[in-house]
Amino acid sequence: MTQSPTQPAPAAAAKRPERVRLCVEGVEAFYGQIQALRGVSLEVREGEIVTLLGSNGAGKSTTLKTISGLVRARRGDVQLEGQSIARLAAHEIARRGVVHVPEGRRILRGLTVKENLELGAFTLKDNALRRQRLEEVYELFPILHERRHQDGSLLSGGQQQMLAMGRALMHGPSVMLLDEPSMGLAPKLVTDIMRIIKRLNEAGTTILLVEQNARLALRLAHYAYVIENGEIRMQGEAAKLRADESVVKAYLGVGES
Amino acid sequence: MTWYDSFLQQLVDGLVLGSFYALVALGYTMVFGVIKLLNFAHGDLYMTGAFAGFGGLSLVSGFLGAGWLGIFVAMLLAMLAVGCLGVVIERVAYHPMLAAPRLSILITALAVSLVLQNAALSLTGGQYTAFRTDLGFGGFNLGNLFLSYNQIVLVATAAVLMIALELFVSRTLYGRAMRAVSIDKDMCRMMGINVSAVIAVTFFIGSGLAAAAGTMAGAYYGSIWYFMGFLIGLKAFTAAVIGGIGSITGAMLGGLILGLLESFGTHIPFIGSEWKDVFTFSILILVLVFKPTGLLGKSEVERM
Repeated sequence: MTQSPTQPAPAAAAKRPERVRLCVEGVEAFYGQIQALRGVSLEVREGEIVTLLGSNGAGKSTTLKTISGLVRARRGDVQLEGQSIARLAAHEIARRGVVHVPEGRRILRGLTVKENLELGAFTLKDNALRRQRLEEVYELFPILHERRHQDGSLLSGGQQQMLAMGRALMHGPSVMLLDEPSMGLAPKLVTDIMRIIKRLNEAGTTILLVEQNARLALRLAHYAYVIENGEIRMQGEAAKLRADESVVKAYLGVGES
Repeated sequence: MTWYDSFLQQLVDGLVLGSFYALVALGYTMVFGVIKLLNFAHGDLYMTGAFAGFGGLSLVSGFLGAGWLGIFVAMLLAMLAVGCLGVVIERVAYHPMLAAPRLSILITALAVSLVLQNAALSLTGGQYTAFRTDLGFGGFNLGNLFLSYNQIVLVATAAVLMIALELFVSRTLYGRAMRAVSIDKDMCRMMGINVSAVIAVTFFIGSGLAAAAGTMAGAYYGSIWYFMGFLIGLKAFTAAVIGGIGSITGAMLGGLILGLLESFGTHIPFIGSEWKDVFTFSILILVLVFKPTGLLGKSEVERM
C-alpha cells in the first residue's frame, strides 16, 4: 500500500476494524490511451465510512467505477471479502453486494419513485423481503413514501439523492459506493444528507464515500484517502487529517465548512 | 350502402390493418427503446414469421386442422421460432456493433434485412406461396355492416397480445427492468440487472409479435411472399413515429391510427387506393415536421 511519509500508518491501522470488506490493490485504469488510475490501493473495513478525497479529475469517480465494474482495471485487483471481483461483469458485481450510487443520482426518468426503489431490489427473488425493505426505506425517508407515485426524476435534488440511496439500500448492500452525494445541493440539504449517511452507517452499512467537500467528508468518515493524478497520496484516520490544516490546504483546497 | 355503413366498414378494415401495423410497430419501438436502433430488418421478421407460420401450419394441420386452433398453434410456433431468430440476429449482428457509431449498426440492420429477404427469395424462387386455411369467409351482418369471424378473431388476438405486453411491461419487475434499460444501461448494471439478457428478451418479444402478425396476415390474405415485409416494415416504422418512437402504448396507438387513416384515406375523393402509400408517408413527413416526438413520445429533459 502506498504510504504517505507523514502518516504513522501502523498506529492508524490498528484502530480500524479487523475485517476487510473491500480491498483495491494496485489498480490501473485507462480511458483509451489516457491513464486515469496509476496503481490505486485502498481498503474499506467492515462498518467503516471511508472517504476518498481529491480535486476534480483526480480519479475519484473512476476508482468507484472500477470497483463496480463500469470501468475495467487493466492491472491490479479488486476483492470483496477476499474474493476477486475485478473480472466480473458490472451486474454480477452488483449482485454480490457492491452497490454504486453514482454521481448525478441517475434516477430512472419516467419511472415512479416506487418503481425506482423496487428496481433497486431487482436481484431479490423474495417478494416478501422486497416489500419489507421497501417499508424500511420508506421509514428512513418518509418523503419517498409521500411521493411514491410521482415520476422519480421530477423530485428535487435532495429528494433524488434520498431516492438514489434508498434504491441502493433496497439491494441490501455489502458495501455502498457513494459518489458526490452533496453535489448541487443547498447547504441545509447537504447537512441532511450527511446526517443520513451517518445514520445508515450506524445501522451497519459499510460506505466508501467520494466527496469534493473535504471538510464535510472528514467529519463523517473514519478513515480517509487522498487521491491525486490517479495515485493515492496520503491516507490516515479522518480525525487526524482533519486536524492537519496544512494537509487540508495543500491537498484538498479550501473546503467549505 | 349509406354513408354511415360505408364509414363502419372502413372502420373495421382500418382496425384489421391497424392491428398488423401495431404488432409490427411494437417490435420497432421496443428495439429502438433498448438499443436506439431503427431495426430495418424488422419487417423481414414479419415476413419470416409468415413463412414460419406457414411451415408450422403444415406441421400441425394433420392433427389439429387448418382452422383457428391449427393456425393458433402455428402462430405460437412461429412466434417462438422467429423470437429465437431475433435473439440470434441481435447476438450475431447487432451486439458486436453496439459500441460502434450509430450509422454502422443501421447499415448492419439493412444488411440483415437483405439477408432475410434473399434467403426467402432463393427458397421460394420469388413465387407467391398460397397460405391455405379452412377459415372460410363466415361472418354475420350488423345492419348493413358485414363482420367476418376472421376479422374479429384477428383483432381480438392482436388486442390480447398487446394487453399482455402492456401488463408485462408495466406490472412485472422484469418489464420495468426493460423500461429501465431503455433509459440508463449503466445504472441498470449498477443495480444488478443483466442488460444483455434484457436486450435479448426484448428482441425475442418484438420478433415474436412480428411473427404473430405475419402468420395472421398470411392466414387472412391467403398468400405470402419474400417481399411482403418491406412495405409493412416502413409503415410500422411510420406508426411507431406517429405514436412516439420508444413508447409501447404509442406504437399500439400509432398502428391503429395509421390503419384507420389509411382505410379512410383511400375513400377521400381524388385519393384512390393507388395513392394509399403516398398518403401514409405524407403523414410520416407531417408528424416529423410538426411533432417529431410523436403523440406519446417524451422529449429528453434533464433536471438537476
